[in-house]
Formats: sequence, C-alpha cells, structure tokens
Amino acid sequence: MSEFRINVNGEDHEIDVEADMPLLWVLRDVLGLIGTKFGCGIALCGACTVHVDDVPMRSCSVRVADVVGQSIRTIEGLAENTHLHPLQQAWIEHDVAQCGYCQSGQIMSAAALLARNPNPTDADIDAAMVGNYCRCGTYNRIRKAIHGAAGLMTAQYVNAAEVNA
Amino acid sequence: MKQRDLISSVESALGQLRLDRRSFLKITGVAGGGFVIASVCPTALAAVSAASEDADEALVVTSELNAFIKVSSDGKITIYSANAEMGQGIKTALPMIIAEELGARWEDVEVLQSPVDESRFGRQGAGGSTTIPRTWNQMRRMGASAREMFISAGALVMEVSREELKTADSKVTHGSGRYMTFGQLATLAAKQEVPDPDTLTFKDREDYTIIGTSISGVDNLAITTGLALFGIDTRVPDMLYAAYHKCPAIGGRVNGANLDEIRTMPGVVDAFLVKGNGNVRELLDGVAIVGTTTYAVFNAKKNLEVDWDESQASKDSWTEIVSRARSLAGSRGPDEVVDKGDVEKVFADPDNTTLEAFYEYPFVAHLCMEPMNCTAHYRQGRAGEKDTLELWVPSQSPTRIHAAARSMFGLKPDQITLHQMRLGGSFGRRTSSEYICEAIEISKRVNAPVKLTWTREDDIHHDFFRVGGFQSVKGAVNSEGRLIAFEDHFIGMQTGGRAVSGSRFRATEFPIENIDNAYASKTMFDISTPCGPWRAPGSNTSAFVSQSFLAEMAHAAGRDYLEFLLEIVGEPRWFQEGNIRSLNTGRAADVIRLAAEKAGWGREMPNGSGLGLAFYFCHAAHIAEVAEVSVDADKKLTVHKVTVAVDVGPIINMSGALSQVEGAVIDGLSTMMAQKITMENGRIEQSNFHDYQVLRIPDSPRVDIHFIQSDFSPTGLGEPALPPLAPAVGNAIFAATGHRVRKMPLSEEGYTI
Repeated sequence: MSEFRINVNGEDHEIDVEADMPLLWVLRDVLGLIGTKFGCGIALCGACTVHVDDVPMRSCSVRVADVVGQSIRTIEGLAENTHLHPLQQAWIEHDVAQCGYCQSGQIMSAAALLARNPNPTDADIDAAMVGNYCRCGTYNRIRKAIHGAAGLMTAQYVNAAEVNA
Repeated sequence: MKQRDLISSVESALGQLRLDRRSFLKITGVAGGGFVIASVCPTALAAVSAASEDADEALVVTSELNAFIKVSSDGKITIYSANAEMGQGIKTALPMIIAEELGARWEDVEVLQSPVDESRFGRQGAGGSTTIPRTWNQMRRMGASAREMFISAGALVMEVSREELKTADSKVTHGSGRYMTFGQLATLAAKQEVPDPDTLTFKDREDYTIIGTSISGVDNLAITTGLALFGIDTRVPDMLYAAYHKCPAIGGRVNGANLDEIRTMPGVVDAFLVKGNGNVRELLDGVAIVGTTTYAVFNAKKNLEVDWDESQASKDSWTEIVSRARSLAGSRGPDEVVDKGDVEKVFADPDNTTLEAFYEYPFVAHLCMEPMNCTAHYRQGRAGEKDTLELWVPSQSPTRIHAAARSMFGLKPDQITLHQMRLGGSFGRRTSSEYICEAIEISKRVNAPVKLTWTREDDIHHDFFRVGGFQSVKGAVNSEGRLIAFEDHFIGMQTGGRAVSGSRFRATEFPIENIDNAYASKTMFDISTPCGPWRAPGSNTSAFVSQSFLAEMAHAAGRDYLEFLLEIVGEPRWFQEGNIRSLNTGRAADVIRLAAEKAGWGREMPNGSGLGLAFYFCHAAHIAEVAEVSVDADKKLTVHKVTVAVDVGPIINMSGALSQVEGAVIDGLSTMMAQKITMENGRIEQSNFHDYQVLRIPDSPRVDIHFIQSDFSPTGLGEPALPPLAPAVGNAIFAATGHRVRKMPLSEEGYTI
C-alpha cells in the first residue's frame, strides 16, 4: 500500500492504495464516485471514461500512481456549480438513455470532444465516440444530443456576448 | 453529499420534463437554500421560486389512494413503478398510464421504484415484452380508481353530484368551471370508498393527454449526473467486495485451490471454496475471494490456481455440433411438429418449382454493459431471532430468488428484504438467480455485507446464451409463381430432455398458418452449455430463416418480394379472433405496405446497392422492416437506413417506443454482423470485447420509424423489432450483390462493416 494525493473534480483526496490499482476502482470503491462505470476492464468499451488533464481516458486501464498531480474530472464533476453541462441537458432533452449504464462514459467522451471542437461534424463525432459501446443502440440519439449540446453552448456564448454588450 | 442533496431536491422536477425543445433545463439556486430545475424563462423561474418558498413553510400531508398512488396536500403526486427497469422504459411508461386515467398533470408526478412486495403490487418481474400488456388494465384501474375517489371527494366538498365532475390537470372540475385541486382533496379522497373495479371505465384514446406523448425517462437526471442507481452502484456500511471463480468448463466441481497464497495478496480478506448444489441457475462450485476493493479481488482472481474435477462438466463442442447438423441437411427430423395438406405431392409435381436451403445461426451472448452483480447482507439471527437477508438486486425476476433462498438457505420470504435496482441492460439475461445465490453464500460465510461483481470474462463465460441452431428448409411455387408448400427441419438444442429457451419451433411459424401445405419436424441435440432467453427468443433466429427463404422463393418464382409476401399474408383475417398473440393478416399487410411505401420500395438502385424487406409477427407485434444497403467489392457492408413500420396498438411513451425500435434494429445489426460464441471441450472460447464485438457509432444506420396506432391492446416493444432486421439486411445484400446470406454472423461470410 502507498499513499497518494489525487485531485478529483477540484478536490484533493489522500488515499492509501496499491500503486497498481486502476483509477476506476479508486473512484468507485475508495472515493465512492460510482458514476464512472466498469464495463470490460481492458479499455475497449468506454464505460469508465474520465478526463485526466482534460483528455478522455479509460480509467480501468490507468494506474492511480500515474495520475498523481493531474486533474481528474468524472461525470459527478461535469456540472459547473449548479448548472448542468449542456451535454447533460441535451441528454435529458433527447431522452438518450435506454438502460443508461454506458451513458456517463458517453457523456465524458462527448464533453472532451466539445471542449476542443465546439461545432463537431458527424465525422468528428464518429471519431471521438467510436470507443464507447452502447449495447442498447442509442447511438443516433447520442449524435443528436451532441449536436444539440453544441447548439446550446453556442447559444449561451451568444447570450453572454449580448449581456456583455 | 452536497451534490446528492442537490439532485434529490430536483429529482421530482425531472419527472416533470416533457420533451419540449423550447424549455431547456437549467439547475438554478433558489433563495433560502435548495435548488430547482426550471425553465430558463425568467418569469417562470420566479414563479417556481416563490412556490418553492411557500411550500417550505406549509405542513404537507400525504395521502395514499392505493398501492401505486400517493398525493400530497402540496399537489405532488407520487406514482410507484413496480417492475424491473432494464432500459425498456417501463419505469416511465407505466406511471404515464396511471397518470392518464387519474387525470394528473405529468408535471406534478414524481415516480419512485416501489418496494418488492408482490402481494401489494402484483407480479414484479419483467420480460417477454409482457409488462405493458399484462399491466395495461391494472395500471388503468389504479388510475381510474383513484380518479373516482377524487370525484367522490369533490362531490362532497362542492356539494354537487359526481356526474357533474371530471378530473384533468390534477384538478376535479365542475361543469360550471369551479374546481378543487388534487392537493386540496387528497386527504378526503383517500377516505372515500374504493370503487368496484368492474364499474371503472377508461378514457378513449382520442382523449389522451399523456399516453402517446414523449416523456423523458424519469431516471435521466440521475443517469446523466452519475448518481447511484444500478445494482453495481450499491454501497452499504462495512461492505466487502467479492469475486467468484467457476470452472471454465460449465459444471466442473472444485477440488482445491491455492487459497493460502491468495489470502496473502493485498486487500484480500478471505478466500474459500464453495460447494454448490449443481444447479446452474442457483449455485455451482467455485472459489470465492473477498476483499476491501473490487480491484483487490479481481487482481487476486487472476492469480488463482484451481484443481477442477471436470468429470461431470460440459464437453460441448461447436465444431461437432455444426458437422452433425450439416449432415442432416435435406432430411426430416424424428419429431413431427406440423403436418398440413400434402407437401410431398406438391414437391413431386414437375409443374412446380421447388427450392431447398440450409440456414445456420450461432450461440450469442447477452453482454449487458453492467456485468452481473449482487449485494447481499446475510445477518445471523441473535439468540432466538431468525436469520435475515437483505438483497440489492438488478434482476428481471427479483422474487424468483425466494424458491432458491428457501431450499438453499432455509429462508422464508418474510426473512428477506429485496431492493430492486435499475438494470444496466438485461435482454433476458438477468432472469436467473445464480449471481444472487453466490452473493448470499459469500455474505453468509464472511458474516458481512458483500458486493459480488463478475468480471467481463465471467460474464461471457458463464452467460445463459442465445442458443445456436440450424434449419433445413424447402418450398415450392406453382406455375403461377404462388407459394404452395413450405417444409422446415428444425435442428435445436435440449438439456435434460427439455428444449432450451429459444429452441422451440412454433407450429404457427409464418407462413405455416397462411398456406395449405406445410410440414415441420425437429431434431434436438443434447447440450450442457446453459442457454436462456435472449431478446425475442426463437423469433430472433426463425425470422432470419423464414423471411430470407421466402425471399429466395420469390426470386425463384421471378417475383417481387413485396407482392409475393402480401399474397402469402392474404386477405384480412385474425387466426384466433380476440387473441392479440395470434397473427392478424390485416395488420400484417398494413405494416408491410407502410414500410415499403416509406422506404421507396421498387425504386431504381445504383449498382452494389439494394433494398431488402422482411416482416415478422411475435410478442403480439406486427412489424415490417426495409433495409437499404450497399456492398463494395471487398464485401464491406454499409447499412444506410432501416425503415420500420410497427403496429403494437396504442403507443404509451412515444419517445420510449422510438428508442426501443431503434435500439432493436441496431442490436439486430450488431448481432448479425460479427457476434458468435463458440465452445470446445465445454469451454466458451470468447472472453471480452476484443473477441466479441458490438456495433459502434460510425456503423449505426439511420432508422426511420412509423407507428400504426390502433385500439388493439398494447404490447411491449423491448423485443419484437429485432427479428425482422437480419432477414431485411440479408435480403438487401442479395438485391445488391446476388449473394444469398444463409449463415449468421455475416463476418463468417467475409463481410465487414
């Protein structure tokens, strides 16, 4: 066992775990952040996607020792203060989820996409979301919701600009 | 915890969300603490804030109208959803039915998962697309009964006769326009006589204001913000984590394992052998590892060395099954299922054209995104007290555990508390109880609450698979090109002398009822590999065979499949009048015509492109699909669009219904594309997503869905849109390339996507 300090959703946590423990199990079993899901354990399904320094990573395959000093963001930290992220709003508005299990991973992959590309094309969405399985087949609504969220973000920028003017 | 408080305070508001593009959601702080979800419109926000503050100061009294409905004096309506939610949408759809008959405003409704108590809520399992048809009248009665009680209360207070009152928008309203709200009347309404169910009347479809609209799923806020919801998310105080390792050859017994070494591994609390009862649906032998995190037990599991006794274990071999089955092509089986008219006479007539074909489909896995798991807390009773058991189960059939708990652990239902958790997918998988029994056994042994989680490898190796099989089919068309005979030799699988789920050939299989000469027989192979229901059991493979082969027959007759199929369907008739599980040829023809029309059937297609049509009737649903595909020289398949026409009676939640159909189409394509489970020497050869692949977003086709709504009783949509997909795609590939697909998955025939 070793002591680590990791930063999750802006908060520092002191933890005492095996250095090889994947970030996924630190989040779920040690910190109780169960929004990040276990799907395959080999980085092929995307259910465990989180952001490490703003980059989407499969937390099942990232050792905790390797993320010390980096900023980790999970689905629980996606809403800013009390405002849902536009993707969360769009996911609800488009009623994307069926069983819902993969959706936190889907949303985290989509959030990383929109952060670097606020107006993605279908091809951009395919490239960013290809690593996230959905066994229920919600892909078409995921695509619509990402476009919807992009529109929502643009609208918010416009509103902010109007307020500033 | 702060976020949890925030979310619980807005959760009821979520239930109010209608899918309305003009009302974007926003979480906004409200003066005086607490948060609300509100429209971004500033005036609406102010109104909600004020109401919220007033409500904080008032005394709220909640009254129970019946098991499913509670109404508070502040106007909040709580509706319980009693059945398992696995993504099929009933946690939203069933309360919509209640709210409709009650005359509630959906914005006032909060939906909660009910406790598991079948004496109070009726059957609480879900499966077979039966929840909607089974509970349709029950839900309507619950809503209508409470409505009548509100009307009685309103009549008393307003001093008018009941006949002059009606409910709508959570109010009891008099013809004069006077009204009282449900909140005002709730206490009195709960004291009114419960009406005789036989006297209740239900709304006409044209008067619906909730049923048939699109309502966003009631758990969507929790899903999108990562709140605990699924079985695997369970955390209880002092909980330990467990893994369970079973013999890779199904049914092997455990002799011993390197337990001393395992117990020294980091985070491991205990490791021990478990002797099962030999029932694959209850408890098989294995090695349990208990630890302080899931990682600790998964990691230790990789280091297990187990001495298995495989003398009684499965020896199943897919290679052997395939070669035995292929040797039966063109023959008849020993067991006759259907003998109608005289097929031999038809086949012997040289004026008729006969055709034979052999179709194959593999075993496939369920692959729920949430692996099997269960949290159990077995508490030994202190002196003189009974033992008790508390379970957090993501199960399609939560009360099925009662029989096993009694026989294995000596527990009666009153000693067991079940918490129904949301299921991260099921598709028929979570109808068995073995992962529950394993968790109970481990909790009992370590005397602590335990969360058992299967690895993905466990999940694939120890699935209850969709059974593979084979059909040797034969048909004849006469000189006018009309189908006049159909024969099927069904080669299925059985265990212990009983056909496994999905391996029962139905005597009503289309087109047997529709033609004069039909013969079907079966041969059953004995297997030990566990099989179970998988999204539209039986139908998901038989549709592929019959609808592909009928299209082959149409081609042999030189006819268009749409016209040929409609001719087989024939004049409008209902084979068993009044039974929605019996084919209604009028409804069948209507969906076939609609799908063809919407897909532009008959239009000129470019080289390498084609349209394929298929129809199937199962789960009381008439569904036709047209796939539009293109195939390049390297056999790379693109499914551009699938057009679907559906008749399942009235639609309850339009958004949910569209999701189910679209999901079934994508699942069907995913399965037919590359999914295949094989076994050799009793061992499943696939283990995780690298060798068992699911369709990904770039390959997902557009799905264009059309419903024919009617007053026929509704049926569930979790399954029936899947079966027609495979033959529609197969028929489209034939139209595009001239190559007939007779084997799933398509990857076996060299296709990629």
